Amino acid sequence: MNTLIVISVLPIVLLYLGLYKAKNALLPVTIVGLLVALGLAVSQWNVDAQPIFSGMMLFDKYAIAFSSISILSTILILALSKEYFERISSHVAEYYAVILFALAGIIVMVSYHNLSMLFIGIEIMSVSLYILAGIKKTDFASNEAALKYFLMGAFSTGFLLFGITLIYGSSGSFDLDVIRDWALTHTAKTVDPMFYTGIMLMIVGLCFKVGAAPFHFWTPDVYEGSPTLITAFMSTTVKTAGFAAFLRLFSTCFASLADLWTPTLMVITVITLCVGNVTALYQQSFKRMLAFSSISHAGYLLFAIVALGINSGNSVFVYATAYTVASIIAFAVLILVQQQSGNDNFESFNGLGKRNPFLAFVLTVAMLSLAGIPLTAGFMGKFFMFGGAVAKMQIWMVIIAVINAIVSIYYYFKVIIAIYFRDAERAELVAPGYVNVVLGLSVVITLVIGVYPNLISNLIP
Amino acid sequence: MTVSILIFLPLLAAAALVFLKNEVAKLAALFFAVVELALSAYFLANYIPGSNTQFLVDQSWIPQFGIYFNAGIDGINIIPIMLTTLLVPIIILTTFKHEYTKANIFYALILFMQSGLLVVFTALDGFLFYVGWEAALIPIYFISALWGGENRIKVTLKFFIYTFAGSLFMLIALIYLYTQNPSHTFDLHEFYNFNMTAKQQGFVFLAFFLAFAIKMPVFPFHTWQPDTYTEAPSAGTMMLSGIMLKMGIYGAIRWMIPVVPQGFDQYYPYCITLAVIGIVYASIIAFKQKDGKRLVAYSSIAHVGLIAAAILAWNVTGVQGAMIQMLNHGINVVGLFFIWDIISRKLGTRDLSQLGGIAKNNPWFAVAFLIITLGTVALPLTNGFIGEFLLLDGVYYYNITLAAVAGTTIILGGVYMLRMYKSVMQGPTNDLTLTFTDVTGTERLVLVIICALIIVIGVYPQPILHLSEASVTQLVGEVNAKLNALHAPAAAVPVK
Repeated sequence: MNTLIVISVLPIVLLYLGLYKAKNALLPVTIVGLLVALGLAVSQWNVDAQPIFSGMMLFDKYAIAFSSISILSTILILALSKEYFERISSHVAEYYAVILFALAGIIVMVSYHNLSMLFIGIEIMSVSLYILAGIKKTDFASNEAALKYFLMGAFSTGFLLFGITLIYGSSGSFDLDVIRDWALTHTAKTVDPMFYTGIMLMIVGLCFKVGAAPFHFWTPDVYEGSPTLITAFMSTTVKTAGFAAFLRLFSTCFASLADLWTPTLMVITVITLCVGNVTALYQQSFKRMLAFSSISHAGYLLFAIVALGINSGNSVFVYATAYTVASIIAFAVLILVQQQSGNDNFESFNGLGKRNPFLAFVLTVAMLSLAGIPLTAGFMGKFFMFGGAVAKMQIWMVIIAVINAIVSIYYYFKVIIAIYFRDAERAELVAPGYVNVVLGLSVVITLVIGVYPNLISNLIP
Repeated sequence: MTVSILIFLPLLAAAALVFLKNEVAKLAALFFAVVELALSAYFLANYIPGSNTQFLVDQSWIPQFGIYFNAGIDGINIIPIMLTTLLVPIIILTTFKHEYTKANIFYALILFMQSGLLVVFTALDGFLFYVGWEAALIPIYFISALWGGENRIKVTLKFFIYTFAGSLFMLIALIYLYTQNPSHTFDLHEFYNFNMTAKQQGFVFLAFFLAFAIKMPVFPFHTWQPDTYTEAPSAGTMMLSGIMLKMGIYGAIRWMIPVVPQGFDQYYPYCITLAVIGIVYASIIAFKQKDGKRLVAYSSIAHVGLIAAAILAWNVTGVQGAMIQMLNHGINVVGLFFIWDIISRKLGTRDLSQLGGIAKNNPWFAVAFLIITLGTVALPLTNGFIGEFLLLDGVYYYNITLAAVAGTTIILGGVYMLRMYKSVMQGPTNDLTLTFTDVTGTERLVLVIICALIIVIGVYPQPILHLSEASVTQLVGEVNAKLNALHAPAAAVPVK
């Protein structure tokens, strides 16, 4: 709870700092504020959580774990933002403020205990993201991204709201516990069609938000048009939060009616995996490739919900952490490369192994992690997902996922091949110190989790 | 002392090598590899044949999935382990006349790979086995793609995707075994002890077979192999053919057949036929090759096909033959690739038609090449003979016709190997081959070591056979007992 208050107050402080032209204080204040929020969240770890604000929110271990990873990834992304925002705009304070507002929405999304809070959280986050996507006011692509995102997002919010209403209509409450109890008294056969429709509409709404196919059409354009750092934020923190919210709803409320929605979600998962992967194969732009690969990663993450079990929370947590740190590396290196070469094609990465061996190494680890090669966190994430699905005897799903994993090797290795095996006549690429710190930290996290996932794989009871 | 020291020493050495200068990297790598060899010699000296797993390490790793860092040495893996620790220093020694750019990274990758290979061979936990399996793949990919020939990028990516595909199916099989066994672990012996239905075992068998068949490779999963062997730098080819393909053979003996005996029982006639087809097919193609390195690559498919056939025949003789032939094939193929490395470095070509007459002025090289060739064609009193004899004997117990077809490997092998020797070493010299200078220094040392191994093992193989005999007998017996129990009720039905 204190975490949420700190994160809500912090952006207002930042706006005042911007008003009084204290530009240099923005980043330190943000990071210190977020660290305080993180500390407050972690300090609640051993407290026996009860719903607060009349049952609106519940800061249980699940909420704390996902809040922490969201805050941490935001810190990592903001640490990269030094100089980045100054280059694209003169109103820097707004960036920090709006990102933090989005984070406040995310905290609500991972800790809601009432469907109205889920809706409010998603809206706080989404509205902030619409602004962030279009924050390069004079840039055509950025404007297009914002408009597309807004229209699609508003549309999907409509679905979500419809779903919530129908579920309220049949169960008589927004409270997760009440809905769960109501669902427990019904079986898949006797449940009322209104409730079923509600679940389906909520699936549609949430799939929009996490970018799962066939509701993914906004993803590539929005990711490509937004400033790269914002894309990084959207494809890591926001995606993680989306899945946390998705899983929280389904594991708490609808677990007993799994037969009802599993087939639908299975189809969505398979389409998501295949569409993301196959389209990623044809991309020439690294940023667009990451956008499509993020769709296929959404597919792997959906496994946890399709094969709902006691370990689902942990699986999503491990996978999301692995995916987040690897993506942060990828986007951070992309920003540097883009600055030097002026575009984000694969060719821009040619000869990176000679131009900056450290960047080359970290990006290689990130790509291996995204591809799911052992000894990296990405493999552990996939292993947890596949383990859960095989335990539920969804072998065919796993086989499809495995075939997709094989396909994905091709485009992830395209980056590695460009880095090491193709030469380019370009000058050395010098990375600023703070970027190296973020990258170093992310690589260490990737490798440590890859070797010893136990550090984070048992957090959620 | 446990095997963990054997596993982690090369890993630490690899990490240290990254920070060393290029000039000393070579010597440091050799030093670490020799220390590793000495360590494994210590384990060998203290190893008791026939008893249970020794030098065991068993640490909890990911408890919620029942995963343990569980590794040890027994009669099944002692030979592959010795092969690895023996060949790596030899392979490093073969590179002493090369000057690689970024040599420190090159040697670090070789040692990293050694670590991965040792994980594969010592692992008694399915998850650990898989991790080692992939961990050995990453460094060889980079070795081949960074220091390889012209087409390296395409070829190595194909190799990587191919093998990764196979291993992911193995991963599914391992996870499936984990979910099915009552105590929910990845423990090998737990896998041995529980029973699934024949249908379940069939699927698991196919998944494992795909992974191992790609790795060995067995026909028709071999298409990555000749290209990769040809394009990879010599040291990489030696690591691939000398050690890495043994992962597939070893995997079949330890992780496939005993884990799913009923699955094996359903499919082995097909698999064995594929293996035998591969022998003849690869031999014929080897005969047509002009590039020496490619010829050796195909000969390797033929030899491995025979090993695979003998394993799938599943009797003590055949599996014992596979054990010793893993070692022999490793030694011989490293020797052959080294011969071609020397020729191509000195003369700049591997084209058989441009060579000839090298034997005249280069006695050391000629004798060494001859001994290695004879070892490969399995002449009695060389190491190849005892291995191939046992393998064919093993196949013979299964089916005489197949054994006869598989036996053509000896004839065909003789044909293409001696043709290769003849066109390189004999006949008239030409302007190019006159410039060949005899092997010196480290080259001569490596060739002497390899030839000595070929002859010593050929004359007196008994100590090596003894290392694995008890364990192999026990393992084969257990599986056959299970299968007999399965077939017994059917046999009891009175014949009308």
